Amino acid sequence: MTHYRALQAETVKFRGHNGDQGEAYYARPIAAGKYPGIVVIHHLPGWDEWTMEVVRKLAHHGYAAISPHLYFREGSESPDDLGARVRVAGGVADAQVMGDVAGAMAYLRVQPNAKGKIGMIGFCSGGRHTYLAACTLSGIDAAVDCWGGNVIVDNPKDLNDKRPVAPIDLTEKLNCPLLGIFGNDDANPTADQVNRTEAVLKRLGKNYEFHRYNGAGHAFFNTWRDAYRPEQALDGWKKVFAFFARHLASSATRIAAE
Amino acid sequence: MCSYIVEKTALVGSAKGRKGWMRIDTANVYFDHPYYSTLDHVLAIDFTNEGEGGRDRVAVELSADSARALVTRILAALASGEAAHSAPAQAATDSAAAA
Repeated sequence: MTHYRALQAETVKFRGHNGDQGEAYYARPIAAGKYPGIVVIHHLPGWDEWTMEVVRKLAHHGYAAISPHLYFREGSESPDDLGARVRVAGGVADAQVMGDVAGAMAYLRVQPNAKGKIGMIGFCSGGRHTYLAACTLSGIDAAVDCWGGNVIVDNPKDLNDKRPVAPIDLTEKLNCPLLGIFGNDDANPTADQVNRTEAVLKRLGKNYEFHRYNGAGHAFFNTWRDAYRPEQALDGWKKVFAFFARHLASSATRIAAE
Repeated sequence: MCSYIVEKTALVGSAKGRKGWMRIDTANVYFDHPYYSTLDHVLAIDFTNEGEGGRDRVAVELSADSARALVTRILAALASGEAAHSAPAQAATDSAAAA
């Protein structure tokens, strides 16, 4: 396993949905070379410091990682204030998120360090967005859904203009390998919903692997929450990096030694 | 769990935030993952002025037990406070009647 300690991390501008210019957090190894890209889709509370830590962690492991700020259109207040406003507004529309995610992918592709393959990882609502992206966007080579709730929608009244389709209903179009990470104590998605999602993936012959953890609930990778479970999270991250290595050829080509 | 379930109420009041006192006309109340607290779920209250665009908020995050305790204290403060503030008027009326 190669680790990259010399990194560059910063806020950059990118073109998202409808060509809107937004901000994204972008981290990559400094050493000249080609690196696979990863788009990080943040969780419902917002584009927070933990999200930035994840982006840097991926860069440390040899990826050019970017997390678009999905709430940038709400204003310039702190990410938690924007997250609160988005929550009250009922969230952001799936179409907009998919446009922003596609824009982040396009940003990675034009960087001089682009190796060619792009992965995606999302947490919480970002996990659901990752599942959706893997079914509706082209060009994703590996997708990781971390405890994405509402992939299955049991009550049709929960569908609305912003989220008109349950991602599970698009599974036939899943076009890349999918890794799922779930805590068995999670209330959304529940273990039963994860089972049902897996049954659909299996029935459709999709390339997937699911890992479920006992003693862990929602957001168990998140070191900022009581929900953090170090043992399960360390193993979960190992699964994530093994998956990305397998599908993105993460042994990045380094031209110069660090 | 992550959801967009928000209980909203209009209200009359004021709140003190980073920029000092502000009029508030709305409370958005939800039980969900926090922004700041390390608890898994919090009862969050965002006091805001939607009439002025709702861009500023005074935010509170409480454990579920704390929120329930606060509800009882709010009701107790109203009961005792309203009783105390009506007592002098009653005393004045009694004095006038005795005079």
